[in-house]
Amino acid sequence: MNKIISKEHFSANVVKLVIEAPLIAKARRAGHFVIVRVDKNGERIPLTIAGSDIEKGTITLVVQKIGVSSTKLCALNAGDYVEDVVGPLGKATHIEKFGTVVCACGGVGTAPMLPIVEALKKAGNKVISVLAARTKDLVILEEQMSQFSDEVIVMTDDGSYGTKGLVTNGVESVINREKVDLCVTIGPAIMMKFVSLLTKKYNVPTVASLNTLMVDGTGMCGACRVSVGDETKFVCVDGPEFDAHQINFDEMMMRLGAYREQEQAAMAAYTASVK
Amino acid sequence: MENLTDRSAAWRDELRKSMPAKDRMAIERVKMNELDGEYRSHNSEEVNQGLTKEQALLEAKRCLDCGKPGCMEGCPVSINIPAFIKNIERGEFLNAAKVLKMTSALPAVCGRVCPQEKQCESQCIHLKTGKKAVAIGYLERFAADYERESGQISLPELAPQNGIKVAVVGSGPAGLSFAGDMAKMGYDVTVFEALHEIGGVLKYGIPEFRLPNKIVDVEINNLEKMGVKFVKDCIVGKTISFDDIKAEGFKGMFVASGAGLPNFMNIKGENLIGIMSSNEYLTRVNLMGAAKDEFDTPVLKGKRVAVIGGGNTAMDSVRTAKRLGAELAMIVYRRGEDEMPARAEEVKHAKEEGVEFRTLHNPIEYIGDEKGRVKQMILQKMELGEPDASGRRKPVAIPGATETIDVDTVIVSVGVSPNPLIPRSVEGLEVSKKGTIVVNDSMQSAIPMIFAGGDIVRGGATVILAMGDGRKAAAAMNDYLKK
Repeated sequence: MNKIISKEHFSANVVKLVIEAPLIAKARRAGHFVIVRVDKNGERIPLTIAGSDIEKGTITLVVQKIGVSSTKLCALNAGDYVEDVVGPLGKATHIEKFGTVVCACGGVGTAPMLPIVEALKKAGNKVISVLAARTKDLVILEEQMSQFSDEVIVMTDDGSYGTKGLVTNGVESVINREKVDLCVTIGPAIMMKFVSLLTKKYNVPTVASLNTLMVDGTGMCGACRVSVGDETKFVCVDGPEFDAHQINFDEMMMRLGAYREQEQAAMAAYTASVK
Repeated sequence: MENLTDRSAAWRDELRKSMPAKDRMAIERVKMNELDGEYRSHNSEEVNQGLTKEQALLEAKRCLDCGKPGCMEGCPVSINIPAFIKNIERGEFLNAAKVLKMTSALPAVCGRVCPQEKQCESQCIHLKTGKKAVAIGYLERFAADYERESGQISLPELAPQNGIKVAVVGSGPAGLSFAGDMAKMGYDVTVFEALHEIGGVLKYGIPEFRLPNKIVDVEINNLEKMGVKFVKDCIVGKTISFDDIKAEGFKGMFVASGAGLPNFMNIKGENLIGIMSSNEYLTRVNLMGAAKDEFDTPVLKGKRVAVIGGGNTAMDSVRTAKRLGAELAMIVYRRGEDEMPARAEEVKHAKEEGVEFRTLHNPIEYIGDEKGRVKQMILQKMELGEPDASGRRKPVAIPGATETIDVDTVIVSVGVSPNPLIPRSVEGLEVSKKGTIVVNDSMQSAIPMIFAGGDIVRGGATVILAMGDGRKAAAAMNDYLKK
């Protein structure tokens, strides 16, 4: 059982939770994720760690309401307990001095990007962050991101904040004006796919952090498998980060929908039950 | 205690003389009481119902109490088989359970899932005279169940605590067996488990209808009573490091992290929706409760399910599919039925439940629909050629002979590889090409304080072999720590 220390609403469907997990707080590095089981009937859901405080023994997670378990998790408050938190899982982000790095993130993908941006900056890189969202209210963590970025470019679909356009427009504007040594992208699969297509065109090495379906998160089940180049890889133990130009995003998006019918039915039943 | 196992004890001598060997050999081997195949294929009730007292008493008489019992040589954990059976024969069922617990941490589990026909029972004297072996497994289960249901569960004798801390990585059969033996020897044992449940493959893998969770829980509870501590949600190598383990004062570590990395065949279409490993399928159902409405985790309840493979895990998967409502539940195996590694009992049970067997067939491609869901599989027909390295006849493709079958779910059960987490995170461990941890005859790794056993060393074997490794490692670590 892990206690929720604080909770903050980023938007109607996105919540930031600070959770007691001293061992994970100490062991985690940028790029790691945890598996959370909200209660005894909950699913094991993978969530990338957005930050930690070793002294307080806490980790920060940003959760979006998607299915029943994540909705239950978002409904918990400070003082409540989460049944299980296990981790840190996956391989940590490879950090070194690359030169200029563009960090392109969308939606809740900004949360797991935050520790990567911090680590890249501390390693001496010039960091340009591109934050994208549908609309102004969904832009999260801008202030924290600017702390470790040389520049923050905000893109909104509707132009309500920052520049009107997609994340790819922001990334392309940077590539067009200066040499970019690496691009890191985290966000919805479709977004990462288009970032990857763009950077491939310009030959900018790109890393994408994937959030696939998982059960155990320790290599045991293979639910998270993705095609990277000619090989099938497990996101949980081989990833979550891969060379974006090698990832078969179409297959990944297809696999993300494996249980959509069941998920929708379960969500409908859950919504009816809490009304 | 000694009186329970001493072959020359007066009671045992008397028992032997009470019935001539000829009469003992004339008794027919008992048949396990089972639920009806059709009935049980729709629920998760345990298939084998165990023996009645009367059946057990009679079956125990069949054992000749050999002077040099071959059965014991066939047991990886060296259970004193004649001693426990003779205690059953004299009606001392609780004492029979005590004898089992002297060497086995999980008798109720072994009595259910051990391949006795390949181990203890394969060495029974009866086989030499063309008769059927004594039903050692059934009797083991009887004694363990009797004790549990009596409410008078005994704990094994524990040596005085020696204050030496030892760590166990993984709470499956190897880890539990090791933990039990070390606790008996007085060690302060902590078991670290990555998942949210204790029991490893006994919980996530073996289904309820073959091994009910409550039985595993009782055995785990006994270990807790013996002082073994369990830490869930803790991955050694991730949550805590080997250095942390040393810093916490642990003097030895036993790695029993299992073969938790499923193999796939790397054929076309294998990543389509609806194709998954047996580990994923069984974990969803067994560990996550996915078949029940009140649990959030989903599972695909396929109507036409093919399970690829011929091992016990394949049988567990196909029988689970049947129970989740599959109209067609089919085993696809590239060799013949005689070459199947699954226990004969599992194959028999699967057939009784309506599972179809397509042996000498091997999938070569999967075809999906517009949504990326598997809809068909192409099977290559095979024939048996010369024996291969495993001693079994090698399956060879018959050129041009293929068949396309409609399926909506495919469960790939073609073996597992060692879980990479520990080998990747502990520097200095010697790891084989296959990813298994290399150990010497005493289960000791290249790092002297680390021992390893079970599937992380074997790469995919059975519960009882894992338990045997646990026992062996416990004895060896005790020697190492006493030096």
